[in-house]
Amino acid sequence: MLRVDKLVVAPLPPLSFTVANGECLAVEGPSGSGKSRLLRAIADLEEARGHVFLDGAERSEMRAPSWRRLVRYAATEPMWWTETARAAFPAPTSTARSQVSSALAALLADLALDASLLDKPVSDLSTGERQRLAFARAVIDGPRVLLLDEPTNGLDAASQARVEILIQRELKAGRSVVLASHDSSQIDRLADARLQLARPATLPRATLAADATLPPRGMTQ
Amino acid sequence: MTSYIPLSLVELALASILIVVNGAISVAYGLRLEKSLAVASLRMVLQLGIVAMALKFIFAQTNPLWTLLFVTVMAVATIAEVIMRQERRLKGWRALSLSASPAFLAGLVTTLVALLLIQPQPWYAPRFLLPILGMLVGNSLSGVALVLDTITGAASRERRVIEARLALGATRHQAFEDILRRGLRTGLMPVLNGMAAAGIVSLPGMMTGQILAGVDPVEAAKYQIMIMFLIAGATAIGVVAGGFAAVHLLTDDRHRLRLDRLTAPSD
Repeated sequence: MLRVDKLVVAPLPPLSFTVANGECLAVEGPSGSGKSRLLRAIADLEEARGHVFLDGAERSEMRAPSWRRLVRYAATEPMWWTETARAAFPAPTSTARSQVSSALAALLADLALDASLLDKPVSDLSTGERQRLAFARAVIDGPRVLLLDEPTNGLDAASQARVEILIQRELKAGRSVVLASHDSSQIDRLADARLQLARPATLPRATLAADATLPPRGMTQ
Repeated sequence: MTSYIPLSLVELALASILIVVNGAISVAYGLRLEKSLAVASLRMVLQLGIVAMALKFIFAQTNPLWTLLFVTVMAVATIAEVIMRQERRLKGWRALSLSASPAFLAGLVTTLVALLLIQPQPWYAPRFLLPILGMLVGNSLSGVALVLDTITGAASRERRVIEARLALGATRHQAFEDILRRGLRTGLMPVLNGMAAAGIVSLPGMMTGQILAGVDPVEAAKYQIMIMFLIAGATAIGVVAGGFAAVHLLTDDRHRLRLDRLTAPSD
């Protein structure tokens, strides 16, 4: 179970919520409302005051890389930094190597991806293939919580359905999912609960109007 | 071995005519470099003149505190120069000096090695210590400035890649391994190239100087070889220390990328 306690992602008010095992929380809000930043803060990629617990253990009790292996953030735009996709997958421990490779093969099949794509130059892959491979990369090492930032961005309807089926499978396996999405029908299909992020109402209107003319601050979607 | 020929100011003035040729080219082709050219030439003359007088004064003193003072001024100047060469700087004096000080410290350590090899009497004799320190620090400075600039530049350009790796559970060192490697290569390249070209493409400045001063070319080459090794050592130590410092200062103990610790690009 993921528990977020008074997490401060400025300029949003402190946020507290829990996501039980097997539950999906959808984070809704307009672009720039802080959806990505909230997800990044939960993964501890961005500094934020407040506490985040996984099964009662606070994140500061473990090293940050261990936390991010359990609480996995998957960005909207997947990044590849190696020649082939395979090299950018998390390295399995030697004992689990064969299990991971068969699990990976099955996962890729479910995403309608040919296993040979793993060893092709990433630059030769289509946007949709890279997006689906990034989803596989995010879930293959079995994180407990998935923080999915628009996971079906840029996918056609068939691929989108496949990814959603896999998200549901992760939920059935007891993972917690926090889903940032613009797609309200997707949220209807997947989410058990919703968190609505609005522009903070405490700011005076004049400030908001002035803000609108400035380049967006921080992360935008 | 007494073939040293002193120069008079008249001869220096004649040599400066060549700078005027440079200026004429700049004007003729509209390069607009004439002002920087004049400033750079004047700076060079003033700096070398002042340093020569300072060295002359220090060589005449017996108190080593004067040498120490000169070394301290060099340390400050080195750190300032490394900082000036950065396009995006770390914020805060602590971070700036932590990242830039390897340039000086590496030169200092290798200078002590050189003094151990040459064994002047006394070991801190400024006539040996100061020129060697200057040469080693100068080279280490270029390497450290390059490695810092490469790493801070790559970190801000490749932010998303670094964060994607961190999100997958990489430590800050794993997330930066490619960038660090690139930075170290960039920082070490000038020294490697310099060693490879020494003697064929160019005669190193120190060897040229010794030969002009009447030293036997073989003796001058021996000195130059030792200095080359020391330069390579100073640069390697400075570049590695500077590179690791940069990675540490651009991340925090929660393995987050902290680009907020960099200033906006200058220019």
